[in-house]
Amino acid sequence: MPHTFTLPSLPEGWSADKNFKAIGSLSKPSQRIIEPVGPHFLAHARRKRHKRTFSEDERIQAQNNVKKTEDDDEGDISEPEDPVMLQRDAKDWKGQDHYAVLGLSKYRWRATEEQVRKAHRKKVLKHHPDKKAAAGGSEDDSFFKCIQKATEILLDPTKRRQWDSVDEAADVEPPTKKETQKGNFYRLWGRVFDAEGRFSRNQPVPKLGDENSTKPEVEDFYNFWYTFDSWRTFEYQDEDVPDDNENRDQKRHVERKNANARKKKKTEDTARLRHLVDDALALDERIKKFKQAEHAQRNKKRLEREAEEKRVAEEAVKAKEAAARAAVEKAEAEKAGKAETKKAKEAAKNAAKKNKRVVRGAVKEANYFAGAGDAPAKQVEAVLNEVDLIITKIDNEELAGLKAKLDGKTKAEEIKGIFAEEVKRLVGAGTLKEGEAKVLA
Amino acid sequence: MSEEEAPDSRVCIGVSFGNSYSSIAYTAADGKTEVIANEDGDRQIPSILSYVSGEEFNGNQAKAQLVRNPENTVVCFRDFLGREFKDIDPTPCHTSAHPISQDSTIAFNICDDDSGNAHPVSISTITTRHLARLKASASDYLGRNVTHAVLTVPTNFTPAQQEALKACAAEAKISILHFIHEPISSLLAYDARSPDTASPSDKNVVVVDIGATRSDVTVVASRGGIYTILATQHDYDTAGTQLDSVLIDHFAKAFLQKHKTSTDPRTTPRSLAKMKLECENVKKHLSLSTSATFSVESLVSGLDFTLTINRSRYELLASKHFQALGRLVLAGVTKAGLDPLDVSEIVMAGGSSHTPRIASAIAALFPEETRVFSPATDNNAVNPSEAAARGAAIQASLIAEFEEKDIEESVHAVVTSTPHLEATVGLVGAGDSFLPVVLKDTPVPVRKTVTVAAPKDGGDVLVRIAEGERAIDVTVAEKVEKKTNGAKTDDEDSDEASESDDEPEEIRKVVWKATKPVAEAGVAGVKKGGKVEVQISVHADLTVHVQIREVGGKGGVRGTVEASS
Ligand SMILES: Nc1ncnc2c1ncn2[C@@H]1O[C@H](COP(=O)(O)OP(=O)(O)OP(=O)(O)O)[C@@H](O)[C@H]1O
Ligand SMILES: [Mg+2]
Repeated sequence: MPHTFTLPSLPEGWSADKNFKAIGSLSKPSQRIIEPVGPHFLAHARRKRHKRTFSEDERIQAQNNVKKTEDDDEGDISEPEDPVMLQRDAKDWKGQDHYAVLGLSKYRWRATEEQVRKAHRKKVLKHHPDKKAAAGGSEDDSFFKCIQKATEILLDPTKRRQWDSVDEAADVEPPTKKETQKGNFYRLWGRVFDAEGRFSRNQPVPKLGDENSTKPEVEDFYNFWYTFDSWRTFEYQDEDVPDDNENRDQKRHVERKNANARKKKKTEDTARLRHLVDDALALDERIKKFKQAEHAQRNKKRLEREAEEKRVAEEAVKAKEAAARAAVEKAEAEKAGKAETKKAKEAAKNAAKKNKRVVRGAVKEANYFAGAGDAPAKQVEAVLNEVDLIITKIDNEELAGLKAKLDGKTKAEEIKGIFAEEVKRLVGAGTLKEGEAKVLA
Repeated sequence: MSEEEAPDSRVCIGVSFGNSYSSIAYTAADGKTEVIANEDGDRQIPSILSYVSGEEFNGNQAKAQLVRNPENTVVCFRDFLGREFKDIDPTPCHTSAHPISQDSTIAFNICDDDSGNAHPVSISTITTRHLARLKASASDYLGRNVTHAVLTVPTNFTPAQQEALKACAAEAKISILHFIHEPISSLLAYDARSPDTASPSDKNVVVVDIGATRSDVTVVASRGGIYTILATQHDYDTAGTQLDSVLIDHFAKAFLQKHKTSTDPRTTPRSLAKMKLECENVKKHLSLSTSATFSVESLVSGLDFTLTINRSRYELLASKHFQALGRLVLAGVTKAGLDPLDVSEIVMAGGSSHTPRIASAIAALFPEETRVFSPATDNNAVNPSEAAARGAAIQASLIAEFEEKDIEESVHAVVTSTPHLEATVGLVGAGDSFLPVVLKDTPVPVRKTVTVAAPKDGGDVLVRIAEGERAIDVTVAEKVEKKTNGAKTDDEDSDEASESDDEPEEIRKVVWKATKPVAEAGVAGVKKGGKVEVQISVHADLTVHVQIREVGGKGGVRGTVEASS
């Protein structure tokens, strides 16, 4: 009992009519007999009987539906007795089926100690030699002795284990592969493992389960069986050790033989169980199912991963290609651009050349402004010098403008006028100095 | 009944009539209970009758006849009463008069007169004679004619057996006011002495009755002084007789070792009878002292035999039986749906419960807090051989004044059949702790009040009522290094120590938790450090009334929870 029991504070927002609310009700009671003994019972009886008499009906009713604490002697522990068994000689007790002798064949290792006690009692009541004698039979107490022996063994935990260890009737043979494949795996193997589980030091033994068992359950199950801790022993099958003191060597020899035989059988049994578990495991559809699921799971992951990798790679390739293309385009564009400017430049150059030629040609056309006849060399030179000077002072556009003005002009006057105008513009713009082009002015 | 006496002139004794021993007791007007010795001075009177040339012997005198006159000596007949031959186990009568079948009942073929001829004497006659002897002893002692008795019977005694017993008692001029169950009687003998008789605490008790031919385990829920049997176990193969046999075998073997050519004393009826009597004495001695001497004159073919045995030797030889008894007790506890942790008391009754090792072996199966009442484990224990008779005498004094009709009605199922709670009802505290208030297996109606602490700072408090469940919390104890202080322990001790060291010790603890809410209540404005009193009343129809108030405060909260339909 908690020594410091404290009530909690009322939670925020709790409310109830008159500060009390019923939430549930008590569980159904069980009807039992109280013992009509002691002072406190008397008080109870007084209260219950207070000013009333019970009708016969009530009295009958009250006796029904009462939870029993004494079991009927006739329990579920009865089975027909094999006449051959009844003839058994108790001397051959090692060979007798102790459970069958007590009528507990269908319980075997499952029989509780209470069941054994009751079964024994029942058999004693029936087979006691006095009963046989009374029924006019012989005083033969052979089967009675079998009963006593069976009880002695089954009520002694150590002896019972030794017997249970070799109780073949309790063994459940593992099903064949074929039987298992008919879809009876869980039922058939479940019985096998239930039976094998009787030898387990660790109880309770996990159940085989069914197709709905979870993976951890199935794994726990097989782990349990692969690390099985068995109390099974084989003493029961020992060869009798001579108990006279004379034959000490013989005694020791038999003892050693027995010890070896036990060890061997134990080893074989361990191996047998391991094989059995191996077989079950191999046939267990759930293992396949879990493997497949795991496989699928792993595959799914791999495929996803691969798809992702592929996507990334493809994207990378695309990006690279795009980049390359862009670079090429860019380069081409640059190249194209360069060629254009060059062309334009050249064109401009050519145009300028042409324009220069026209401009120069114009002064030649105007016979260097010498009128008729050959123009003196001095005049020619002076005019050409001044024309070149103008050309160097103006840009291509101005040159083209000048050329355009001169185009088609043949008259010296006109041409001279155009030049004079140009010189005047240039002087006005400050490009030419006054007097730098006196011939053309 | 024509000669029924008025209640006030009754003399009503308590009788425990066992297969092997009977005891008679009387509770005087001052409330003191006394176990009455018969004319031989015995308080444990062997339930044996023996006839020698028409003379009847009873008790220990009859028992002594088992050596010379076994065929006219009747033992172990109580359980045969009211039964048919096919339903009885004649084994205990193997070395005395054998039971036979007669007119669908049982008889013994004996010579009980001076005719010298054996003839069937019915089980009823035998029983009547035995009860008459008990009545005579009690009347002699009390100086008044005993008219009535409360008799104890095993829990598995059938109505037919009771009827037969009642008829025999009537023949012996004893009017049986009431049959009570042996284990309940023993429990009453204990509870009547306990200081809280007015408002006894709730507890689960295991009554372990180990007699001579049977051992009975009875698990009892004791709630407010009212007893309900939850489960029983019976074992007819592990009791005093088997313990005698352990010693018989031991001494017979020792005898044969000494007298290699002698016949086995167990194969000669008279030798065996001598051994039986002597071994029972040796066994009883070993309960008191650590050694005892077996001594029989002319055990077999004129050879005397004397040999001393010490207690530990005996305990070793009988350990298989002691263990079986331990398992029997545990089986009863399990069958009752309990755990050893749920058991607060073990009452050891029956003669064999004197055996120290039986008591300690059973005690070892229960937690330290479980009190074990036996001479070996408790200085104030009631003599286990007398417990049942004492309880019967106490019950006799309680009901001696009642009209038989009232008693008959009170013990009828109309009064005794009672609904019992299937789950513990309690309070849910801070941190979801659970405080059991009305225990599972409590008969209703019932009312219980608890006072519990409010939160330290007081304020508004929540009272939650719920059904709860007991779970067992198992933890493995840290291995405590055993101190080896150099003191040499003898072999036996170190053996035990290494055995118990094999497995790590588990610590098992009861933990309660709420399982099903029933009601909630709010108590406003509880003062700092205040306490709250909760009263839970469960009615016969499972309606619950709750009454809650602050201790010392005014007003309070009340409410009702209806039973489920
Ligand atoms: N001091 C003692 N120590 C050990 N055993 C004892 C002691 N006193 C009595 N006994 C044994 O107790 C047994 C008798 O028990 P009890 O007086 O309870 O008899 P019972 O109820 O008539 O027996 P049952 O009905 O089981 O045959 C006998 O086997 C007797 O030897
Ligand atoms: Mg008894």
